[in-house]
Amino acid sequence: MKALIVIALLGVVTMMSEVFRFKKLLLPLVVVGLLAACGLAIGDWNTAIRYYNDMVYFDNYSLAFTSLIIVLTLLWLIISKGYFVSDSSRAEHATLILFTLCGGVIMTAYSDLSMFFVGLEILSISLYVLASSNKHDLKSNEAGMKYFLMGSFATGFLLFGMALIYGAAASFNLVKIAEYVQTTAAHGQTPMFVYTGVLLMMVGLMFKVSAAPFHFWAPDVYEGAPTLITAFMATVVKTAAFAAFYRLFSTCFGDISGFWAQTLAVISAVTMLTGNILAVSQTSLKRMLAYSSIAHAGYMLMAIVAMNKISGGAIFLYATAYSLGSLGAFACLHAISKYGDESIENLKGFAADNKIWAGFLGVIVLSLAGIPPVAGFFAKYYIFYGVFQSNFTWLVLVAILSSLIGVYYYFRIIITMVQPRSEKATVLPSLTGAHKALLLISALLALGIGIYPAFLQGLLS
Amino acid sequence: MITLLLLLVPLVASLVCLMLDQAKVKIFALGTSLVSLGITVYAFTLFNNDIADQFLVNYWWIQDLGISFKAGIDGISILLVALTNFLLPLIILTSFRHDYKNASTFYALMLFMQFALIGVFTALDGFLFYIFWELALIPIYLICLMWGGKDSARITLKFFIYTLTGSLLMLAGLIYVYLQTPGAHSFDIDALYNVTLSPAAQSWLFWCFFLAFAIKIPIFPLHTWQPDTYTDAPTQGTMLLSGIMLKMGIYGIIRWMLPIIPQGLSEWGNTAMMLSIAGVVYASCMALVQKDFKRLVAYSSIAHVGLIAAGVFALNLQGLQGAMVQMIAHGVNVVGMFFIIDIIQRRMKTRQLDELGGFANNSPIFTILFMIVLLGSVALPLTNGFVGEFLLLNGVYQYSAWMALVGGLTIILGAVYMLRAYQKVMLGEPHARSVEFTGLHQTEKIVLVAIATVIIVTGIYPKPIIHVAGPAIEDILAHVKDIY
Repeated sequence: MKALIVIALLGVVTMMSEVFRFKKLLLPLVVVGLLAACGLAIGDWNTAIRYYNDMVYFDNYSLAFTSLIIVLTLLWLIISKGYFVSDSSRAEHATLILFTLCGGVIMTAYSDLSMFFVGLEILSISLYVLASSNKHDLKSNEAGMKYFLMGSFATGFLLFGMALIYGAAASFNLVKIAEYVQTTAAHGQTPMFVYTGVLLMMVGLMFKVSAAPFHFWAPDVYEGAPTLITAFMATVVKTAAFAAFYRLFSTCFGDISGFWAQTLAVISAVTMLTGNILAVSQTSLKRMLAYSSIAHAGYMLMAIVAMNKISGGAIFLYATAYSLGSLGAFACLHAISKYGDESIENLKGFAADNKIWAGFLGVIVLSLAGIPPVAGFFAKYYIFYGVFQSNFTWLVLVAILSSLIGVYYYFRIIITMVQPRSEKATVLPSLTGAHKALLLISALLALGIGIYPAFLQGLLS
Repeated sequence: MITLLLLLVPLVASLVCLMLDQAKVKIFALGTSLVSLGITVYAFTLFNNDIADQFLVNYWWIQDLGISFKAGIDGISILLVALTNFLLPLIILTSFRHDYKNASTFYALMLFMQFALIGVFTALDGFLFYIFWELALIPIYLICLMWGGKDSARITLKFFIYTLTGSLLMLAGLIYVYLQTPGAHSFDIDALYNVTLSPAAQSWLFWCFFLAFAIKIPIFPLHTWQPDTYTDAPTQGTMLLSGIMLKMGIYGIIRWMLPIIPQGLSEWGNTAMMLSIAGVVYASCMALVQKDFKRLVAYSSIAHVGLIAAGVFALNLQGLQGAMVQMIAHGVNVVGMFFIIDIIQRRMKTRQLDELGGFANNSPIFTILFMIVLLGSVALPLTNGFVGEFLLLNGVYQYSAWMALVGGLTIILGAVYMLRAYQKVMLGEPHARSVEFTGLHQTEKIVLVAIATVIIVTGIYPKPIIHVAGPAIEDILAHVKDIY
């Protein structure tokens, strides 16, 4: 809770920086504030307190995810320095990022559907603006518009679902809904409109996590939005959305999982296949990462399908591994695409120019592709294992198949970067210190988690 | 402790390599590989034949999932560890006359590969085995990709995805067996050995494991990645692949397949045997018509390992002992063979048999050493190849006389294609460019003499190899015997 307050206050203070002219202090202020918030969240470990008539509930699950998204934001800040030092509207950007984070924290910690909705909207509305924050770029405007239209549409579904659930359980409170679902399910008297409500909420949530067939906005928005914002969306926002998704379904609807688990299993299979197959033919690295992030959403959905005692830890580990990998990959993309060209061909000659850093990028790619012994492999292992235990063997087979497709396109990054530079290519900007730092940190963390994955997974089981 | 040393020396050395410059890194890599060889020799002196799993290290890795870091050495492992650590200095020596760009990365990857291979051969935990199995794939992939020929991107990716498919199936199989272990599940090899699996489960598990190992070996018809990869890879990559890495597959069958799913083997063993034998004949015939010398040896390698696999699937003592001896012999011979091709190619800028000829008088010592390596490959008596193939055919014969008859063709066909190659390269009218073939350099002599010595010594006196592996093989067979 303290973390949430700190982040919200920080957002308000950064908004003032324009008026009171302390824009130079912006970046240090944000970093210090976020570090403090992270420390406070970790300090609350094992307390599990309910606040404000059980509107938010900071248990270990939400504290872990809160810390994760704050840390991810801090890592993201490493490459986004330019955004906060030189950009003319830096104060607004900082504020919006902090409010997004604020919404994310609420989404990991809500204990009431109304809080969930408030968190989701704080997050989404800030993001709509951020996606179109490159005002002079038509694509960025398009991205913002598209995201806004699709997002509000999804929110509509979500709200309708919530209303139906409220109609049945007569409460927005997760605990009360869970009790209601449990008693009615035990007597086989679950009313039809509860099922409808669950379905509608599922649709809304799947829009947010870009699961197929609700994924169509994602590639365009990811491609159009400024690269840094895309990186933020693909990591912090996605993590928060999955935390919310898992929290809702594991708390409330576990007892009627027979109703939705099969559906979700099919959707997760379709999502990972769609994402991976479409990623294969992309020539733009950014678009490829967008499709790959859809595929990863499919894998994370598997944890919700499995819904057993290791799933919470598994989804946390997966979100961590995936976000670290994506941040590293986006750092690279950001470094090589300064002239607006995000083609994967730009990576040619990367290994020759940046020997050791190419090695780190290689580690990150291995992690994203799920090759042992890097973090991504163990994340996949835990997820697959959980699904295996819940008797969705066919889903595991599909997931293995789609991982192989994933290897095919992820390895294009490695293959392209060791090729010699084509002659006509202009000289590419070399990696700056910030990019190197982020690459180093994410690669080392990916390796570290790979060597000892039990720690992160064990936090939540 | 020795197991840990064997693992850590190459791992640390590969990290150090990354920091060295081009001039020093060759010497350093050679030095550390010799250190590993020394440790192996020391391990041999301490090794006691009759005890299973010596030099055991056992730590928890992920306790919740029953995964431990458990590694040890028995009679089967020590031979393969010895093969790895004997070949690696030689492979590094063969690279001395190459000037690879990014040499430090090259040697780092080679040593990392050594680390992973030792891990595969010593792991005594199913999950750990899988991790090392995959780890071995990454460095060889990069070696073939970065220093390979023109088409390396396509060829190596095919190789990678092919083998990864197999290993993921193996992982799925391992997890299934793991879930059948009683109580808190465990990946420990003893727990996996003692699982009772239904015949139906063993039947499909057979294919999970078989595909993984058969792709690596490779067994016909899963061999399609192999000729391209061998031909396209840099010489040292080909040596690592053919000399050591394909032994991972055979080793995997012996260690992780026979004892865990004996019934699956009794159900499908005949199919596997037929595929192996079919591969022997097919690859020998393909080798007969090859024009590229390297490709010829690649196909001959499929034929040789096909027979090794057939010996393993015969599930008897002679077959398995033959497999052990022949794994060592094939590893040594094939590295020698690829080195000879490398020597020729570097001098003549071609490997096409039609463009070579008449070197015999240019360098008598090369002619003799080439002949010895060649005779080892065609399994002439008193060379190492003979002992292995004799035992293998003996084992296969006990299983089925027909199979042995067809498999025995390898000896005849092998002699035909190898001697034809020798004739085309060394004998006959000197080709216009043959004068360019100069005598051997010092490092080249050292490597070839070492290989020739091993070929002859183990050919005349193979008993130590058979002796060392004997008790371990009987242990493995004890698990299979219950079924027959």
